[in-house]
Amino acid sequence: MLNIAVCVKAVPDPDKADQVKIDPVTKTLNRIDIQLVINSLDKHALEAALQLKSKIGAQVTVVSMGPSEAGSVVSECLAYGADLGYLLCDHAFAGADAYATAYTLACAIKKLGPFDVVFCGRESSDGATEWVGPELATFLDWPVVTMVKEIVEYSTTDWIVKANIDRGYRVVRVTLPAVLTVSRELNTPRALSLSNILKARNKAINVINLKDLGIAEEKVGLQGSPTYVSELACLDNTRMCKILEGTIEEKAEALIQVLVSKGVLK
Amino acid sequence: MSQDYGPVWVIAEQIDCHLQPVSLELMGQARKLAAGLGSPLEVVLLGENVSTLIPQLIAAGADRIFIGDHATFRTYHPQVFSTMMVEIAQKHKPEIILLGSTFTGRELAPLLAARLATGLTAHCIELVFDEKMNLVQKIPAYGGLMSIICPKRRPQMVTVAQGIFPIPEMDIDRQGEIIKIEPPEKIPSRLEILEIVREEPKGVNLESARTVVAGGAGAGDNAGWDEIVKLAQVLNAGLGSTRPAVDAGWADINTMIGQSGKMVKPDLYIGVGLSGEQQHMVGVRGAKVMVGVNNNPKSPLFKRVDLGIVADCKEFVPVFIDKLKKYKKME
Repeated sequence: MLNIAVCVKAVPDPDKADQVKIDPVTKTLNRIDIQLVINSLDKHALEAALQLKSKIGAQVTVVSMGPSEAGSVVSECLAYGADLGYLLCDHAFAGADAYATAYTLACAIKKLGPFDVVFCGRESSDGATEWVGPELATFLDWPVVTMVKEIVEYSTTDWIVKANIDRGYRVVRVTLPAVLTVSRELNTPRALSLSNILKARNKAINVINLKDLGIAEEKVGLQGSPTYVSELACLDNTRMCKILEGTIEEKAEALIQVLVSKGVLK
Repeated sequence: MSQDYGPVWVIAEQIDCHLQPVSLELMGQARKLAAGLGSPLEVVLLGENVSTLIPQLIAAGADRIFIGDHATFRTYHPQVFSTMMVEIAQKHKPEIILLGSTFTGRELAPLLAARLATGLTAHCIELVFDEKMNLVQKIPAYGGLMSIICPKRRPQMVTVAQGIFPIPEMDIDRQGEIIKIEPPEKIPSRLEILEIVREEPKGVNLESARTVVAGGAGAGDNAGWDEIVKLAQVLNAGLGSTRPAVDAGWADINTMIGQSGKMVKPDLYIGVGLSGEQQHMVGVRGAKVMVGVNNNPKSPLFKRVDLGIVADCKEFVPVFIDKLKKYKKME
């Protein structure tokens, strides 16, 4: 039976995340509480694991690093059908960039494993860096395939996957254990079912802190991060806008006229 | 007291012996950064039959080229490429490494960064130095610009999308040093590329299109999105999208414009049914003429375009298509 880990990130609800803005005067972020949800691509990562579980049998472990509020996201993954849920939660983990995050996750994966496969979403909607999957693989000294769009063959030793590249895709044979980051095309995440929600009520979230991982404080969080934010500034791309008036037809005709006069309609 | 800085690196990429445009764009910017540091610009290029690209790289500004021209490097292999590059980086100690935000660059960059134990910033749109000569890596975020620095570790690593920096002027009189890279004796076996399948891109290439039509959540449904697709076809335009349109399943991720997507500089940009959020707008700020369609007269979109149409895009787009067709017939 495969032992699969899925890394999930709790992100601010993307539908509301744009309410967080840089204050033009103070150059700081307006702090508003936005509900944390599962990063959309991580749902595809979880779905990939759950499909393997039903096809060939697998134990699915969800690992997330975040504040205690991120526990709700781990619970949701359990309700989707994950077997075990871990939240890496410690004040020391706060402020981590992709490097420190990947390092901390790698320590947890080593501790909780051995795993055959780790699935990650290709990127997160808030950070949008795509670095955690490949960096995690590097810290584990495992191969990684990013942007997997199809799992063609799976066994307990080697998988064949298709993954996106510039202007096409590649077919890759990868020897387990491996990290795979998934793209949206891989699958359609399932809906939550009531029976699973009820079953998940008895599954506990396991919280892991710095001491449990047994790693040095300077390797995690802000301290362990090579990069940090030095400044916030406004981006000025305002333009003088002329609103075209009239009925829909008149607006459409006026627009064509203006675009022709500006020489941009060919 | 002067300080010696390491070289500025560009990891160049090619497909079928053609340089990716972003690699040349990065070289223009890397020249400026190298001048600021008083260090050389070095380029790393791996591939097969890629020695033909050397003159172009030198003309674009390379002082030194590490070139691996061998069948082993025919296709990008994450372990082979990252291992070779990490070895050279550890020897030559670059101050800065720039990579394109291509699919390959986005996989290779974190593999290098983790092994070099350094920071990596995605999708930068501005690169300058602070007073300590740290590279200030500016990325669009929260409706503004966020500066990221990597003060304690080197190299400082960055990815940049195509279209951010201009292609530099070529100087065919420049000279450069060429250092050959031999392939590794042993190829790691835990990952094997079995096949590369190239797919003809559908529709007009977004990055080079002179007209771009982009749609957002305001399309409402599949039928609404189809109208926007039709509009792009009628205008022979590249089709772009916002993240909500991708999340809704209407648009392909490769059409996404903005913060974590593509950067475009068309003559004409038409944004339809989108709210003008900076995540998207940052990707089109270089457009010559910008048009926005939104049913909310207070939408921030109307502060970031030149021409505004206050209308439901589901009503406006079909009428606009109709009028455009009539106009084209008249021509």
